[in-house]
Amino acid sequence: MWTRITGIENIPLREGRTVDLVDREIAIFNLGTRFAAIDAQCPHRGGPLCDGIVTGCGPSLADAPVRGHAVVCPLHGWKIDLDSGSVLKPDVSVRVETYEVRVDSGIIEINVPKARKVAA
Amino acid sequence: MERLIVVGNGMVGVACLENILAHKKKFDVTVFGDETHANYNRILLSSVLAGERSADEITINGLDWYQKNGIGLRLGVRIVNVNTTLRTVTGDDGGMMQYDKLIIATGSGAFIPPMDGIYRRNVFTFRNMEDTFGMMRVAGEGKRAVVIGGGLLGLEAARGLQIQGCETTVIHIVDTLMNNQLDSTGGDLLKRRMEELGIQVLAGRRVKSILGRDEVEALEFMDGERIPADLVCIATGIRPNADLARAAGIACGRGITVNDYLETSDPRVFAVGECTEHRGEVYGLVAPLLEQAKVLAATLTDNRGPVFEGWKPAAKLKIMGLDVFSAGESLETPGTDAVRFDDPGAGVYKKLLVRDNKLVGCVLVGDASDSNRYMDWLRSETDLTVRRKSLLFPEPAADKGSSIADIPDSETVCGCMGVTKGRIISAIHDNGIRSMAQLKECTRATTGCGSCSGVCEGLLKAVSPEFEEDTKRVICKCLPFSQDNLREIIQTQKLKSVQEVLEIYGNGIGCEICKPALSYLVDVVWCGDHEEDRSARFINDRVHANIQNDGTFSVVPRMRGGVTTPAELRRIAEVAEKYKVPLVKVTGSQRIDLLGIKKQDLPNVWRDLGMPSGQAYTKGVRMVKTCVGTEFCRFGVQDAMGTGIELERRLENLFTPHKTKLGVTGCPRNCAEVTVKDIGLIGQEGSWQVVVGGAAGKHVRKADLLVTVETTEEAIEATLLFFQYYREHGHYLERTYDFVERLGMERVRKETVYANAKDKKNLLRRLQKSKAFSQDAWKEGSTPVNTTQFIQIQPMEGASREVVQ
Ligand code: SRM
Ligand SMILES: Cc1cc2nc3c(=O)[nH]c(=O)nc-3n(C[C@H](O)[C@H](O)[C@H](O)COP(=O)(O)OP(=O)(O)OC[C@H]3O[C@@H](n4cnc5c(N)ncnc54)[C@H](O)[C@@H]3O)c2cc1C
Ligand code: SF4
Ligand code: FES
Repeated sequence: MWTRITGIENIPLREGRTVDLVDREIAIFNLGTRFAAIDAQCPHRGGPLCDGIVTGCGPSLADAPVRGHAVVCPLHGWKIDLDSGSVLKPDVSVRVETYEVRVDSGIIEINVPKARKVAA
Repeated sequence: MERLIVVGNGMVGVACLENILAHKKKFDVTVFGDETHANYNRILLSSVLAGERSADEITINGLDWYQKNGIGLRLGVRIVNVNTTLRTVTGDDGGMMQYDKLIIATGSGAFIPPMDGIYRRNVFTFRNMEDTFGMMRVAGEGKRAVVIGGGLLGLEAARGLQIQGCETTVIHIVDTLMNNQLDSTGGDLLKRRMEELGIQVLAGRRVKSILGRDEVEALEFMDGERIPADLVCIATGIRPNADLARAAGIACGRGITVNDYLETSDPRVFAVGECTEHRGEVYGLVAPLLEQAKVLAATLTDNRGPVFEGWKPAAKLKIMGLDVFSAGESLETPGTDAVRFDDPGAGVYKKLLVRDNKLVGCVLVGDASDSNRYMDWLRSETDLTVRRKSLLFPEPAADKGSSIADIPDSETVCGCMGVTKGRIISAIHDNGIRSMAQLKECTRATTGCGSCSGVCEGLLKAVSPEFEEDTKRVICKCLPFSQDNLREIIQTQKLKSVQEVLEIYGNGIGCEICKPALSYLVDVVWCGDHEEDRSARFINDRVHANIQNDGTFSVVPRMRGGVTTPAELRRIAEVAEKYKVPLVKVTGSQRIDLLGIKKQDLPNVWRDLGMPSGQAYTKGVRMVKTCVGTEFCRFGVQDAMGTGIELERRLENLFTPHKTKLGVTGCPRNCAEVTVKDIGLIGQEGSWQVVVGGAAGKHVRKADLLVTVETTEEAIEATLLFFQYYREHGHYLERTYDFVERLGMERVRKETVYANAKDKKNLLRRLQKSKAFSQDAWKEGSTPVNTTQFIQIQPMEGASREVVQ
């Protein structure tokens, strides 16, 4: 379900911000030419991914522009692929949820699954 | 044992000795050199002038090398006479020594065309260490430097002087720059590129005289026009130093005449290097001369056989970001085809001259990446018939590894030292080489101008099974440069933001390692006058607080010198209660920490505290720890608290490579533990000791004495000098305890407290400029850089949990 989130001006270039939705927190990143959205909490120990530094995905110069972007958790440096949600560093098989993002008349919209039953 | 004397302690004479040592025959050797430095790489004087290397870094053979090999060395002695009958040399100190064999390797000196006023002060040539230091002393911001001569040397000098801060002009006598190596199209493009770098070029002009009272003040051209100048560098060519031989009756042309064995007209006298003339040719580049050195070593050690038949050396301009390469012929002649690529927009020009299907010359401006391939064709006279349609296009390189594999073994990889790919590979196999440092040591590859480092490293990686990265070379893979290199790039290319550097020199994106480092570098290079990009900083530096394990933040207000007041303490207490701060703690650094604060509360907490940021989260000045000192302590002999508070005021809000902790103590009992601080002041009766590089964290290191001074003002000045010096020379994330060990205290002292007045003034000026641009970060609580810096974004739909409740 496409959900209107906030104006694009609220997420500064190459930074991330968290929004609190009914059943989840999502971190949205402004990558210059597009936005990306993933679950806000680091799968390691729950660090705030929106506060991380945005980087390239690949290990080297050549594949950075091709392979897209990642974010590095500010607490212990786990590196999360912003497109697939998988953890690129260290080598573990957990991943975080990612969400489709689109911009409509300057408003960022995220495709979130219908709210699960809100606990309590 | 035969006595061998070498006159000239330069590159080629000593290279010849190295080769002689490799043969079995033993000589009793003495070297005379009129310079006072040990054997160094003259080629790299350009890099010293350009600030890329320090003088110690260009030493080839230090004094220990002579000792180890039993070579007698006399430095600072000029040989003024050679008597071939008595077989003696006489020094300008009056000393005399007899030889059985004599090598003259006196190099060359600057050729100075007729003009008036060359003896005015601040007129230099560019030949040796002394010239280089001389220019560096005079050069600086606001100075106008004029280089006469637009050849290789002149252009490198100009770039160096510009990097030293001078407004720089190059004057060249003909229209084409580097006219010995380039054609007019290449020369014009080079001129444009120099101008884009910010160097003015006046071509087709001739200088008549150098004007001024005592120091140079202006230059006058033939047509009477004058331009102002504070420094003049004459780089109009070289002249072999053959006078010594000529006076001794040895046959000379322009240089000392030698045959293919490097023998002169006297059977006991040999000559090698730039002072020679061989088959009518005088060389000014090192590659063929090092070949001469090898041949002479064979001749002298009873292995007479190898001959030097002369060759056309290749010339490469050593200016970072400006590729110019030329070898062989450069001008079209009848019967020669010129194959060109010319894209003025991209700033690239290539020309190959082909005769009888063989390459006879090449000119590359703007892109010299294929120079090795062309050199190989040129030297080995490769038949190019089958390649005629694609001379300018390399066979597409699938990846870096395979393009290295494509290089034939016979191809010279290091042009300066004449090292082939085959030689490197066999050295790697035979000697178990695994690092660049070892490769240099063994083959001398990359030790000339250094432009072949990339290829050599690629080879080493490909061939050596246990390749070891030389430590600390590059910041990270996104940005393959060393930090010193990057500072230079940022400065000279006038890059003011992290993103610009990444886009021009890196992969355009960067990572968590290079972005904070670049943020630091652009800040310090421009003294705060840069484009700040918060996205490149760690979260702590975006919100000016230290992130905790649960995503909350800690707040440490500044409490200068550890001194506080009841009012401040009361406010801290009120804030702690109002914001339900989970933990209030006295830190190990004489201040108070409020831990567990939510990001959204930070601006209000700061406002209510009404105290400046203690920067406990950033790479900057933490605290100046003090003891009681003269104020109350019965032993105090200096005002520790007052001095500490003053220092903290002067240094707070500035970034440093890593956190910087200071301490001031009122007497040698050292209650403030300053001998384990990055910078410490120890009060003594009537003086202060300033100590630096102390640590008591991961490492424990006792600080080294920087200087002892009488007054508090001097102690503060010494602190500021060291502080700014560390800012400018420290690598990002290098604490002072590693910094002083890397540089050595000798150098640190020489370049801070014992630097000349001008350098000191400049250090302090840059510190002041940074200070003027800085402010208390907590002011951003009311004026954040991004409006959503501290607030939680509220969704327009899909209400948040709080709202649902
Ligand atoms: C708060 C404090 C402990 C305390 O409660 O006393 C502290 C807390 C931290 N120290 Fe420290 N250090 C504190 C005084 C010290 C001292 C003692 C001193 O300053 O006199 C040292 C030894 C001296 C030194 O700096 O070398 C010290 C040596 C370190 C080190 C090791 C540095 C080293 O290179 O040896 C680190 C790790 C690092 O910087 O890489 C570190 C890192 C940290 C960090 C910032 C870890 C981090 O990156 O998040 C801690 C933050 C805790 C938090 O959650 O907020 N802290 N730390 C002290 C703050 C002082 C202040 O007022 O600013
Ligand atoms: C700034 C600069 C940049 C250069 N860049 C390059 C480059 O990129 N590529 C390249 O191939 N070449 C370059 N060169 C040229 C290269 O440095 C020389 O070709 C090389 O140094 C020649 O070696 P040499 O031993 O013949 O002479 P030198 O290295 O000049 O050594 C001769 C030594 O003899 C001493 N001497 C002279 N007369 C006496 C005497 N009577 N008694 C005692 N000592 C005496 C001199 O002071 C000097 O120390 C550059 C030169 C300079 C100055
Ligand atoms: S020593 Fe420093 S870094 Fe380690 S737990 Fe204590 S406060 Fe944290
Ligand atoms: S919580 Fe993200 S890396 Fe540890």
